[in-house]
Amino acid sequence: MANEHSEKNHSVGYGTYVLIWLVLVGLTVTTVSISGINLGNIALAVALLIAAVKSAFVINIFMHIKFEEKIFKVFIAIALMTLLSVFVLTAFDVFFR
Amino acid sequence: MSDTVIKNHTENLHEEHVHRDDTGAKMGMWLFLFTELLLFGGLFLLYMAYRLQYYHEFHIAARELNVGIGTFNTIILLTSSMTMALSIAAMQRSRKGLSLFLLASTKILALGFLVNKYFEWSAKFEHGFFPGSDVLIDKPRGEYLFYGMYYAMTGLHALHVIAGMTILVFMFVFITRNSITPTNYVKLENSGLYWHLVDLIWIFLFPLFYLMR
Repeated sequence: MANEHSEKNHSVGYGTYVLIWLVLVGLTVTTVSISGINLGNIALAVALLIAAVKSAFVINIFMHIKFEEKIFKVFIAIALMTLLSVFVLTAFDVFFR
Repeated sequence: MSDTVIKNHTENLHEEHVHRDDTGAKMGMWLFLFTELLLFGGLFLLYMAYRLQYYHEFHIAARELNVGIGTFNTIILLTSSMTMALSIAAMQRSRKGLSLFLLASTKILALGFLVNKYFEWSAKFEHGFFPGSDVLIDKPRGEYLFYGMYYAMTGLHALHVIAGMTILVFMFVFITRNSITPTNYVKLENSGLYWHLVDLIWIFLFPLFYLMR
């Protein structure tokens, strides 16, 4: 019951969602503009960094995780870390083959 | 008379004691989303391996993709994510009409995404760029694989958009039938989570396929 109550207090306002949408569109325009410049090897890293920042906004605000109980954050962190380690290990394997 | 009163009273009591665990429901949804993460994660992993192996061919192949349509579709999906979140916010504030309007907007935007996808793919097909086509088979192996990944991943994503739209149609009906109410809207929240996941996947698909120049 206490939880349900605190969740209600954390209902995000319309303005916040619109603001986050503006930020997300801004980041999209940025990533498209940057892709026109020849950044060489760091181009992929920059594109993925911007995608990660966009994802953080979507997960925290649109998906409400910022206001959710801590266990949700722990679960998501474990899932993403697992995925990341699989990617890093596979990248090493392919790269140094 | 007093019997009816007692009966009504017990019915009310019964209503109040219906077990509901919104946090548990959301947790279940997130566990499902993790399985989706595995599904797409595997494809992203394969994409990475091929990209490392066929670096230049991937770059050449990616130049054929239409950045304009890709950008437009990204903005459409981001906007639909916003209207989805706003629809839940409206429901929390007991504004049923607004909630329905925003939910309908989300579906229309999703449909717009698919229509764009249809035109984009049709144009590619006309130029002979489809899995197994003569044009692609004659190309170097890396370019062929790029298009294989492109169609598999954006195709699977498009299926998720269709699934998400279907779920949202159900939510629309649930709201009109008062099965989703301002005090009980976890179904709407969970559908929203699914919809945002579809958006999240596209956030990564877009730069990896369209912005490699």
